Amino acid sequence: MLKKIISNIEISSGIYKMVLEWEEKAFPGQFIMLNCGGRTLLKRPMSICDIDKKILTIVYQLKGEGTKNLSKMKPGDSIEITGPHGHGFDIFKNKKILIVGGGVGIPPLLYLTKELKSEKIYIALGFRSEIYLIDEFKKYGEVFIATEDGSHGKCGYVTDLIKDIIDDIDIIYGCGPKPMLKALKEMAIKAKKPCQISVEERMGCGIGACMVCACKIKDKDNFHYKKVCKDGPVFWAEEVEI
Amino acid sequence: MKLDVEIGGLRLKNPVMVASGTFGFGKEYSEYIDLSKLGAIMVKGLTVKPREGNPPPRIYETPSGILNSVGLQNPGIDGFIKGELPFLKKYDVAVIANIAGESVDEFAYMAKKLDIDGVHAIEVNVSCPNVKEGGMAFGVKTECINDITKAVKKSTNKPVIVKLTPNVGDIAICAKAAEDGGADAISLINTITGMVIDINTRKPVFKNIYAGLSGPAVKPIALKLVYEAVKSVTIPVIGMGGISSASDAIEFMIAGAKAIAVGTYNFVDPYCTMKIIEGIKEYMKLNNIDNINDLIGSLSTEI
Ligand SMILES: Cc1cc2nc3c(=O)[nH]c(=O)nc-3n(C[C@H](O)[C@H](O)[C@H](O)COP(=O)(O)OP(=O)(O)OC[C@H]3O[C@@H](n4cnc5c(N)ncnc54)[C@H](O)[C@@H]3O)c2cc1C
Ligand SMILES: Cc1cc2nc3c(=O)[nH]c(=O)nc-3n(C[C@H](O)[C@H](O)[C@H](O)COP(=O)(O)O)c2cc1C
Ligand code: FES
Repeated sequence: MLKKIISNIEISSGIYKMVLEWEEKAFPGQFIMLNCGGRTLLKRPMSICDIDKKILTIVYQLKGEGTKNLSKMKPGDSIEITGPHGHGFDIFKNKKILIVGGGVGIPPLLYLTKELKSEKIYIALGFRSEIYLIDEFKKYGEVFIATEDGSHGKCGYVTDLIKDIIDDIDIIYGCGPKPMLKALKEMAIKAKKPCQISVEERMGCGIGACMVCACKIKDKDNFHYKKVCKDGPVFWAEEVEI
Repeated sequence: MKLDVEIGGLRLKNPVMVASGTFGFGKEYSEYIDLSKLGAIMVKGLTVKPREGNPPPRIYETPSGILNSVGLQNPGIDGFIKGELPFLKKYDVAVIANIAGESVDEFAYMAKKLDIDGVHAIEVNVSCPNVKEGGMAFGVKTECINDITKAVKKSTNKPVIVKLTPNVGDIAICAKAAEDGGADAISLINTITGMVIDINTRKPVFKNIYAGLSGPAVKPIALKLVYEAVKSVTIPVIGMGGISSASDAIEFMIAGAKAIAVGTYNFVDPYCTMKIIEGIKEYMKLNNIDNINDLIGSLSTEI
């Protein structure tokens, strides 16, 4: 379907926020596939960062050709999209929640945080240097920040922020780069806390037909592959091999 | 307007199919298009036992193409018959089961098992570049193509389509080997072997080093191979490789392909097959062609 772009601005170095007209229903953790034009062939997967009264927001990082083209699109332009795709986060009510995000894994957690509508939400966010989306997150919970260069919040990794909180919460949600998810998974298992994470894999179709987005799932002593686009991108941390 | 074509006894309402491995077992795409409008669905390649496939990464994008290294992940032949076929049976569409054995016996075994209601033809995949056992190793040897085709023909009453690999020196003799083995049709091309290197790690991107290239980038190569195959056999040829539009599809048919299949482009645009069918109709109207068979093989090489 063709969707109209309402705005498309740089919110931090190399990080863009695009707002689109949107009618469809979608759940936190789901993603859309965008035709970025130019010489790109496949659509690019991007997580839903927010949905609000017929608008959808994505936040994306400049990576290569596709995201470069995306960043050049103007308000009023139309873009070819499919979605929403995938199995998002499970929403558990009346729980003490910990949200852990790193880098461009942070955007999908905003819509989740909003939809959780929980009394107690701790939000731990890790950035390399520049921070973004902080004010939006502050509306829904208590925000802790870590930056790798120490320019904001605590100097270090996001996982350093949660050591003292983790025992006090009921459920953890996470999204971010692989090493972060690996560390988070280990911490969650050690603290015996249920933890859902959103993982990334290169995609072809985004709808479950091509089998390229394989993700290893533990199966007693063995393993089998599940599809990130259809069975995920959200999985229980203990079931996936990161 | 007559759009129906016949492939080795199998009547298709139109010549537009979807290529094996690019359409799953139809379920996912049924949310986008009416499967009954397709000429046929070639389902994901099947093996005797379920296969987990290769470790990721399994895909890499190049200008106008992709390389894939899925490694035939599939639920196995029983999983297909029990778990996937009932869904496909609900649609008025020809279902072509794509089989990839590791030996002549395995091909024969699967063909026999698939001689059932709901399966309309068998596509014999002697050309997968992403598996170590069997796969393309069969497809580059004419005796193997011939032996497998004979064995499959003996095991089933369904039309047998042999899918050829482009990774050979002479496609004409491979096509002939399939025809001599009794094939009712041939299809081509499967993916072209290629490789990608990550310059930062100086390692191949894919664990198997090589992977299979497909998509618009391969179309001129595919068209040439289809044209050569058409010239060398009398059985119908199904053309595929890089088709993304009605004009691509029409080119293959002018070259002599009796039907065409869309692969990679399904990923780009789930509606593309419907657009291609409409585009073919428009072209026929514009050129006063009432019967699609009048278009097929109408190439004139006098320039
Ligand atoms: C479910 C999911 C959600 C995502 N959400 C976001 C998001 O909200 N914000 C954001 O900035 N990024 C997100 N990504 C990553 C984003 O899809 C890639 O950064 C983007 O596709 C890169 O495209 P490119 O053309 O700029 O880069 P290139 O490197 O030129 O892309 C080449 C190819 O690799 C693929 N590719 C490259 N990196 C990735 C990756 N990390 N994951 C999947 N495919 C990749 C591209 O789709 C393309 O086919 C998400 C990925 C997935 C799988
Ligand atoms: C992801 C992917 C998986 C494939 N799996 C199979 C398969 O299981 N069996 C098979 O015969 N061909 C398989 N193919 C090959 C396609 O059916 C087709 O022959 C090839 O991709 C060329 O067409 P295209 O350029 O339109 O994609 C696969 C191709 C892709 C891209
Ligand atoms: S991207 Fe095609 S199955 Fe997941």
